[in-house]
Amino acid sequence: MDLINPAVVDLSRFQFALTALYHFMFVPLTLGLTFMLAAMETVYVVTGRQVYKDMALFWGKLFGINFALGVATGLTMEFEFGTNWSMYSRFFGDMFGTPLAIEGLMAFFMESTFVGLMFFGWDRLSKPAHLAITYLVALGSNLSALWILVANASMNVPHGAHFDPETLRMTFDSFVGVVFNPDAQAKFVHTSVAGYVAASMFVMGISAFYLLRREHRAFAARSFRMAALFGIFSTVAVITLGDVLGRLDYEHQPTKIAAIEGLWHTSKPPYEPWIVAALPNDAKQESSFEIGVPFVLTPLITHSFDTPITGMIELEDAAAPRIASGITAISALRRYEESHLGADLEVFHAHQNDMGYGLLATRHAPNQDVTAIAPEQLQSVIEQTKPDILPNVFVTFWSFRIMVFLGVFFFVLFAMASYLSLKNQLERNRLFLKLCMWSIPLPVLATEFGWITAEGGRQPWTVFERLPTFMSASTHSMSYMLFSLAGFTMLYSIFIAVELYLMFKFARLGPEAHHQHDDGADPAHLSVVAH
Amino acid sequence: MDVYVILKLVWAGLLCVLLIGLGLMVGMDMGVGTLLRFVGRTDGERRTALNIIGPHWDGNQVWFILGGGAIFAAFPTLYATSFSVFYVVMIVLLFSMILRPVAFEYRSKVEARLWRASWDWVFLLSGFLPMFVYGAAFGNILQGVGYHFNWTGQYFQDNSFLTYLLNPFAILCGLMAVSLSVMQGGVMLMIRSENPIHDRAQYFAARAGLMAVVLFLAGGVWVRGMSGFVLEQGDPAMPANPMHGQHVSMQAGAWLHNYAAHPVLWLLPLLGVVCMLAEVALVLANRPRMAWWMGLGAWVGTIGTVAASMFPFFMPSTTSPDQSLTIWNSSASQYGLTCMLAVSLVFVPLILCYTSWCYYVMRGKVHTADIVKDTHSY
Repeated sequence: MDLINPAVVDLSRFQFALTALYHFMFVPLTLGLTFMLAAMETVYVVTGRQVYKDMALFWGKLFGINFALGVATGLTMEFEFGTNWSMYSRFFGDMFGTPLAIEGLMAFFMESTFVGLMFFGWDRLSKPAHLAITYLVALGSNLSALWILVANASMNVPHGAHFDPETLRMTFDSFVGVVFNPDAQAKFVHTSVAGYVAASMFVMGISAFYLLRREHRAFAARSFRMAALFGIFSTVAVITLGDVLGRLDYEHQPTKIAAIEGLWHTSKPPYEPWIVAALPNDAKQESSFEIGVPFVLTPLITHSFDTPITGMIELEDAAAPRIASGITAISALRRYEESHLGADLEVFHAHQNDMGYGLLATRHAPNQDVTAIAPEQLQSVIEQTKPDILPNVFVTFWSFRIMVFLGVFFFVLFAMASYLSLKNQLERNRLFLKLCMWSIPLPVLATEFGWITAEGGRQPWTVFERLPTFMSASTHSMSYMLFSLAGFTMLYSIFIAVELYLMFKFARLGPEAHHQHDDGADPAHLSVVAH
Repeated sequence: MDVYVILKLVWAGLLCVLLIGLGLMVGMDMGVGTLLRFVGRTDGERRTALNIIGPHWDGNQVWFILGGGAIFAAFPTLYATSFSVFYVVMIVLLFSMILRPVAFEYRSKVEARLWRASWDWVFLLSGFLPMFVYGAAFGNILQGVGYHFNWTGQYFQDNSFLTYLLNPFAILCGLMAVSLSVMQGGVMLMIRSENPIHDRAQYFAARAGLMAVVLFLAGGVWVRGMSGFVLEQGDPAMPANPMHGQHVSMQAGAWLHNYAAHPVLWLLPLLGVVCMLAEVALVLANRPRMAWWMGLGAWVGTIGTVAASMFPFFMPSTTSPDQSLTIWNSSASQYGLTCMLAVSLVFVPLILCYTSWCYYVMRGKVHTADIVKDTHSY
């Protein structure tokens, strides 16, 4: 009997989370720094001032150290769907593979080919030609993010595909539906702009370090100001698009939004508070120590004052008939697989919208076979399956809050940084400069929690309401999983140690000293970013 | 012919093109990595060798990524099943692959001798292993792989990974791929380096080329007696579902049936052997630019030979032959294949253009004296 081993599924999930979150420690900087490099080089080409070329070269070097790990860990992601999520890849690959392949063809090829010229081509290309290359790298990395998020959005909101009983998988039927998936559009902007925030903080924090040490002052003051202004605009965009995403989740993924808000019972507008902090208990299905701000939740999520938001308990109850109908759908599908009778197909079609809920019942069915559920067992299987429709509320609730609190902090920090920089009062505010420096890792942390919110909140599905995560994993043995996990843990630990060592080393070294004489401007006399 | 069948065939062809591009371009960089410790004795020489492919390795590597992406999009069932069935081998491949970008970027950023020497070993490992696994994978699919599907389409593995690794035919195929990659890497070094790197690269390229010819011919003889697979029944236009619709039998020597039916196919192995020999001759005659193009022919001949004998199989199953993955039962939908084809027709020519342009911009010899002075290079 071929059974799914839940421990292997858990290890596969753990490995994917580990490798994906690790990959995304490097991606935000790549997304943002490429555009900042392009901006610096633009100023250099327009004004001809050496300090801007120094900026592009120096930040480019740090970019390169980061980029290598982004590329290396990205390879893992491209493989991992096949190596660890075989059923998912077969079930959803017709649709999911397309944006991934387009990403390679349209974006990653361009980014990777031109990044070589960006580093090596300074002496071989004219200034405008090199600038064009830098822009192509920035465009490539951001287009790359676009297609990856299009792919990701299709897991959350599977537009543009339908299930085909002949091939037992989701069949791709609308390119437009996939690309213009509203979730994809909002997610792309939210995520890539979050990368700009991370890059701004990176440049601003390291510049603050030089200002604190009174080294490379002209260089640092210019970099700081550029980063602060880039950062404030990006933060505003991140927050705006975050709001759009919340509303989309409310429309398409009610379980996710209810878990994010810790909403066990349907809300009572308009009074319903937005819970700032609480301790959600997944087992008891209730929260303790709730602290909330009244009247905020309803307008925040629904953009109205009188629409109730369905709570998790009510969502569970609403799922019961769908689970029953799904079990009927899967049983009919299995009969059809053997009989190829039109009657079985008809039953399946009548219930196919609920088939995902039928698959969800697999783990509670005898021998993991929903077709073997006896009529007298049905009610108990449904009751056992009901809580499975919810993600882990504690994790979803808190990862969302950490992301949001950090986002608000960035807004304040960048606003102050822009103000102090434009007023030329930075060097007097040493405590503020220290705060900027220590904040360097925070945007990356916020992005990671964003991913945990989005993908943890999507559970228990890999393809929302179509394919449960439990069924998506490859059927490896425990020893295979332990082997790969041990390897990833070891390699990735070495990588991060080396990366941090090099980052610190080159950040401490600073821009090359011999260029400093080319630009004698005192930072106190800087009036605007681009002269 | 049915449009869906044509699309499946076109994509099988494009997959071959990608596998050739991967072998040629990624193989070349990996060959340089494998040779690094042998062609360069001093740090300056090794940095020179690295900077010869420095501006291009990242772009070339996308052939590899795109290979994965294209299989995912065009033959999702093949991607899902092969990557999982070969799990341990794929993970080893992945570990060695992800070490490479890091090695390029980090090796020359620190002066310490131990640091650089360690990364040089990483280059050897991350050049040799992936090409070995790449070749061995072809060996394994030629012999057939143990797996079956249940009714939901979930695969289950029937053989241990050890049978794929400790397998003489797979080892032969792996070494064959490594030989081609070392030859191509040596040729690239010859084009853009001066002595002493140039002469050492010439030495290794010629020997690797001869080894490739010998292994290729030995593999051909081996396949004659090997048990191959025959698709007895299966409609090319079938819905892409590996669970039913095919009847497959196993027969000794079946991998030569296509050649017997269409003798013109013998041109493919012939092309491979002739190009490999010509490449060796051109290397010895110190004509590396022309030799490089022979490398293209060698890869076309090699991949083409395997494709011609296995057609229409991708990955036959020894334990459940009827569920063997073929071009017909593992492809994407007609709509998906059409979309991907449209995108490829726009972007593949574009990619070839800008890749060539990059090589043009970076043309010419790399001088060790310049590299040693430059702190921005690898």
